[in-house]
Amino acid sequence: MTIRQLFKTSVIGLSTHKSRSLLTILGIVIGITAIILVMSLGEGAQSLILGQIQSIGSKVIAIVPGREPNGPSGFISTFTDSLKKRDIDSLMNKTNVPHADHVMPIVFGSEAASYNGEIYQPTILGGTSYYSQIYDIYPAVGRSFSDEEVNAYSDVIVIGSKVKDELFGNEPALERKIRIKDKSFRVIGVLAKAGQVSFLNFDEAVFIPYTTAQQYIFGIKHFNRIVVAADDEKNVEATAEDIKRTLRNNHDITNPDKDDFFVQTQAEAVQTVGTILSVLTLFLASVAAISLLVGGIGIMNIMLVSVTERTQEIGLRKALGATNKDISSQFLLEAVLLTSVGGLIGITLGGSLSFIVAFGISHIYGLGWKFILPLSSIVLGLGVASAIGLVFGIYPARQAARKNPIDALRYE
Amino acid sequence: MALIEIASLRKVYDIEGVESVAVQDISLTIDKGEFVAVMGPSGSGKSTLLHILGFLDRYTSGTYFFDGKEAATYTEEEMAKIRNQKMGFVFQSFNLLSRTSVLENVKLPLLYSNIPESKWNERARECIETVGLSHRSNHHPTQLSGGEKQRAAIARALVTNPQVIFADEPTGNLDSKSGQLVMETIQQLNEKMGHTIVLITHETYTAETAQRIIRLRDGLVESDERVASRRQAKEHFQK
Repeated sequence: MTIRQLFKTSVIGLSTHKSRSLLTILGIVIGITAIILVMSLGEGAQSLILGQIQSIGSKVIAIVPGREPNGPSGFISTFTDSLKKRDIDSLMNKTNVPHADHVMPIVFGSEAASYNGEIYQPTILGGTSYYSQIYDIYPAVGRSFSDEEVNAYSDVIVIGSKVKDELFGNEPALERKIRIKDKSFRVIGVLAKAGQVSFLNFDEAVFIPYTTAQQYIFGIKHFNRIVVAADDEKNVEATAEDIKRTLRNNHDITNPDKDDFFVQTQAEAVQTVGTILSVLTLFLASVAAISLLVGGIGIMNIMLVSVTERTQEIGLRKALGATNKDISSQFLLEAVLLTSVGGLIGITLGGSLSFIVAFGISHIYGLGWKFILPLSSIVLGLGVASAIGLVFGIYPARQAARKNPIDALRYE
Repeated sequence: MALIEIASLRKVYDIEGVESVAVQDISLTIDKGEFVAVMGPSGSGKSTLLHILGFLDRYTSGTYFFDGKEAATYTEEEMAKIRNQKMGFVFQSFNLLSRTSVLENVKLPLLYSNIPESKWNERARECIETVGLSHRSNHHPTQLSGGEKQRAAIARALVTNPQVIFADEPTGNLDSKSGQLVMETIQQLNEKMGHTIVLITHETYTAETAQRIIRLRDGLVESDERVASRRQAKEHFQK
């Protein structure tokens, strides 16, 4: 029997029960749709987040207090107070870190801000005048604070666009006073609408000098981050090493395993986030894969029913010269065709849904979310679908081939 | 020359530990080009014999030489090949695939043959013409009368140009007129085209269209004699 004829026979076999065939593959369709959707959205999220991390600038190095997180429990150690003013001074010293262009300490937290009875809880970021350059955000109205104002513990504030809308509505905000934790701040700038950038939404944040933030808002002496910008991209690695050495020296650490801080370059951040997102995508996809297993069992069930129903046809084919192999090939191919068609429908459906989601996100949230349908997901989807047909089709196909032509012909 | 040669053939079924003898001890020879009718009451073993002769079943003991070769030496796959190339089957209940046309049904054995696909249509049409169904070749079996269905099945049995055609009660589900037309077709295959025919029937007037009648009883040959006054199906039909 030629492959072409085998194919034709199987297609005819399936098309005689169109609605049943369609219902049978529903499980496979749903499973593949879910997998494609998850993979496509995962890829879209990854490209968006990584793009934003990279947009911050590849010259930037972040110093985070605490030990580098290894596993979930490690995150707790980020709440330590190891980074102090002395570290800033040492890092600014060109003999310690020759390629450091800028050093900016950051403190952050969340506090209620109020104006004229309106209350809003923004993210409060304390930094230096350099924040604009690092995060690529500039005031649309007014100005940013200067380093002199930082040194003078000034009570000036630059607010994000959403904070402005929440507290002031349509009124102008400049030179108005807003209150955070009993301290009055003078609005000197309103940031341009930025949207979500990496993990922060600057529209919902306010910037104040870090000195003021430490002293009056959070009441701390340490920093939550120190950001160092290297003078050139090619010096990032060397600068990271210089930073580590300087800080270990400051903190009297000889064993790198006992570091009370860790240094992250953008390249590492990209890698870390990429890994987390990939694992997450994989996890969700494997949850979706469970429905494929259920779908496969459904296929096996229906194929067994079909084999019993077509006992007479099988007997006839055998009497006319079909070998056991011819019969099992026919039924196996029917199963594989069923699941492959299910796979194709699932890919189309999953891709369309992902496109709609991507379209929705980019229009409603104004994010640069791109619709990505990775080729790997298509190949995986089709491959998994036909593999399921093969695995769950073998048993019914064998049952069919084992039928005795005489018994089969007598079957009424 | 002998096409089928069996000696001391025995077939015992073992159904859940209970032995049941279907064929006790049968020896007979059928020559090439012969038209033999096998008769007998139900339970006489005639169907079992036909299944063994048609390579659809194995025998328990004895010997069966088909075309000079012992049947027991064939593998399952070789048996399938012989069924396809050298044997044709006509069943009481037609066994046509209802969802495809007469032409597709007749082509079915070719699917499992070595005959190139380019010749399938020509062959199938020739056979459909032989049984006089050319005007029905694109009809589905459900649109045919019983006699037409059986003639389509005969065309299917012919399509691989087999050496022998086994017909198991081919007129059993037909009215007498259609039955006679079917028997006329079978008779012509034997007389004009030289096919060997082994026919199972319980109707004497159908059996008498053959050259020889073998009567079975309780798995044994009761009588084996040539038909003295052979009936021409056509004459009978014209009456």
